Amino acid sequence: MDRRTVFSGRLLPHLLLAPQLLLTVFFFYWPAATAVWSSLTAEDAFGQGWIFVGLDNFQDLLTDPLYLQSALRTVVFCVAVSVLAMAVALLLAVFADRVIAGRGLYRTLLIWPYAVAPATSAALFVFVLHPRFGLLGRWLNTHGFDWDYTLNGVQAMGVVIAASAWKQVSYNFIFFLAGLQSIPRAVIEAARMDGAKGWLRFRTITFPLLTPTTVFLLVVNLVYAAFDSFGTIYALTQGGPSKDTETLVIKVFRDGYINHDIGGSSAQSVLLMLAVIAVTAVQFRFMGRRTLS
Amino acid sequence: MRRRTLLAAAPLSLAAAPLSLAPLGLSASAARAGEKITIIWWHAMTAALAEEVKRIADGFNASQAEVEIQPVYKGSYGDLLTALIAASRAGEAPHLAQVFEVGTGTMLGAGKAVKQVWELAKETGLQIDPKAYIPAVRGYYSLADGRMASMPFNSSTGVMWINKDAFRRAGLNPDKAPATWQEVRAACDAIKAKSAAPIPMTTSWFTWIQLEQYSALHNLPYATKENGFEGLDTQLVFNGKAQVKQIQRLLDMAKDGTFKYSGRDGAPDPVILSGDAAISFGSSAARGNLVKSAKFEWAEAALPYDPEVIKTPENSIIGGASLWTMTAPKRTPAEYKAVAIFLRYIGTPDLDATWAQNTGYVPVTHAGFEALKKQGYYDKNVGADIPVEQLARGKMTANTRGLRLGRLPEIRAIIQEEMEKALQGGQNAQALLDNAVERGNKVLKDFAKSAKA
Repeated sequence: MDRRTVFSGRLLPHLLLAPQLLLTVFFFYWPAATAVWSSLTAEDAFGQGWIFVGLDNFQDLLTDPLYLQSALRTVVFCVAVSVLAMAVALLLAVFADRVIAGRGLYRTLLIWPYAVAPATSAALFVFVLHPRFGLLGRWLNTHGFDWDYTLNGVQAMGVVIAASAWKQVSYNFIFFLAGLQSIPRAVIEAARMDGAKGWLRFRTITFPLLTPTTVFLLVVNLVYAAFDSFGTIYALTQGGPSKDTETLVIKVFRDGYINHDIGGSSAQSVLLMLAVIAVTAVQFRFMGRRTLS
Repeated sequence: MRRRTLLAAAPLSLAAAPLSLAPLGLSASAARAGEKITIIWWHAMTAALAEEVKRIADGFNASQAEVEIQPVYKGSYGDLLTALIAASRAGEAPHLAQVFEVGTGTMLGAGKAVKQVWELAKETGLQIDPKAYIPAVRGYYSLADGRMASMPFNSSTGVMWINKDAFRRAGLNPDKAPATWQEVRAACDAIKAKSAAPIPMTTSWFTWIQLEQYSALHNLPYATKENGFEGLDTQLVFNGKAQVKQIQRLLDMAKDGTFKYSGRDGAPDPVILSGDAAISFGSSAARGNLVKSAKFEWAEAALPYDPEVIKTPENSIIGGASLWTMTAPKRTPAEYKAVAIFLRYIGTPDLDATWAQNTGYVPVTHAGFEALKKQGYYDKNVGADIPVEQLARGKMTANTRGLRLGRLPEIRAIIQEEMEKALQGGQNAQALLDNAVERGNKVLKDFAKSAKA
């Protein structure tokens, strides 16, 4: 099965590779290298001058309790978003898999939120949950429940987790549905003939067979929650109240974009880059092994 | 790295430009060519204010044939400053930029990227008399020795807004606004007892009004080295006894249900406009919006003070923005002269008066204020003179000149974060301000480090 195309010269393959290599260099290696360099310097906002400070920026970060709190908060947030988004998506997918009448409509509606821009989805949540002008938020307050996510950190975390998970459910749904449909009917039929009822059948047959999908989605969701949730969180709470919803990406944005602390925010970016490299490496190892087996 | 070489070229080209003391007016060659010099002006004004900016530009363009000013909206103040920094680093800064007052420290650290007003005046012969400006405005935008760094443009100050309807419902005299914090608190208790308004008291611009303005009014230092005017190695000191007392008062009122914290910065403005609050604090520049959209009877009043801290309150400090002249590698002396011509136009009392009248900002020059008085503007708009008088009263001290701190927006965010933590019951006022001072000082230290770089 080993088919290879062998080029006779060296020029053509290099030429064919060049566009992709150039894109990678300009849009990944160059910015990444600049970030690494910036993280080793202290620089004024207008770039009038800079001094080399070695690992000072990293030392400041790693000894800053607020940074460590933010990192911990990010972990909690990512796990919560991933678990919630995947659990809901799996539940919906299992049901969608059984629907016969109107399945097209049902699926379209479930996939819809994926197309909504983060800021827009955040605005939708504000209209529902805001303590003063949100439909549900107002109702809660008039019915004796002290609801104000703009001032209550725990409620705020709940809101950003829900909003971020909501956006990701659609994506997970598509993959779970595809995963469910690729499970051979014969296996399910056999389990049914052996007398395995709904939950038992799901737990012992369906879910284990979905493992590759689940693992893939877990990695994707963790990365999504860590990075792509920025728009949703920023539009909902800007990281507040206090620092209760400030995840690492929100902090990078605030320190770099608003506070103009270029060295410090570059150092944070470099640490985040290392985290992504680690997650991706794990994914490749794990996924690679799964496809081989 | 290419960026840096471009920037390295900037000072050279500047040095090459001869210092000129020639009277204003462009060189004959430019005029002969019949080409107008275009000046780009980045601003952050929206809605009615943006129209007013356009009116100024149109008026200026029609008034002379040499210079064409082009106002460009660049988003919020924060967005504009970030875009400005990026453009400046790329060597493509606009000629003029409107930068909010808290960005002043950052802009003063911009070195060769900006041309301060006094430098521009020296090079182009622009006549600008700092004494024409009211001291609270002049002080904020000048160097410690009095030389003006940026051109005052839109200035406001903090005021108290009274919902007269709510006062009536609470059985309070709607024509007598509380003058002290003790009276404010008593009024709020009455409003709550009678359920005269959903929110007895709220505040916009929490840090600016309840801490920065409060410190100025009560002649308390905000930071060492004359609030940062005397050097970069400044330290925050707003955790003094009187400030702790004020913040604790707000925390206690929040507990009683008489004070509602409605969000950071200007986020509570809609609450003020809706009339839900009986007493609110905000920028005097909100007046235009209140006139246009408030569905309740309101009044403007001076910020209250605490007679246990000071007998007569000092002047308040300003907010708003000023115009900074930016440099770029290939900018010609003629372009700087064109900027100077426009700044001269902006500084005329008539324009100042019209701008203040149409927007709700305060007039920044003495002459502009007098012109408005003469036109009878303040007779027709009761209370509109309160911010000007609040800014101009007393003798300015080192504590009431304003703040000169790098990364001030970040320090404001820190204070608001600590306040939000306290409101959740996490700490008292002393701990809140101590933490904010400690975290803020780290920010100032980082700023000093990067500014020296």
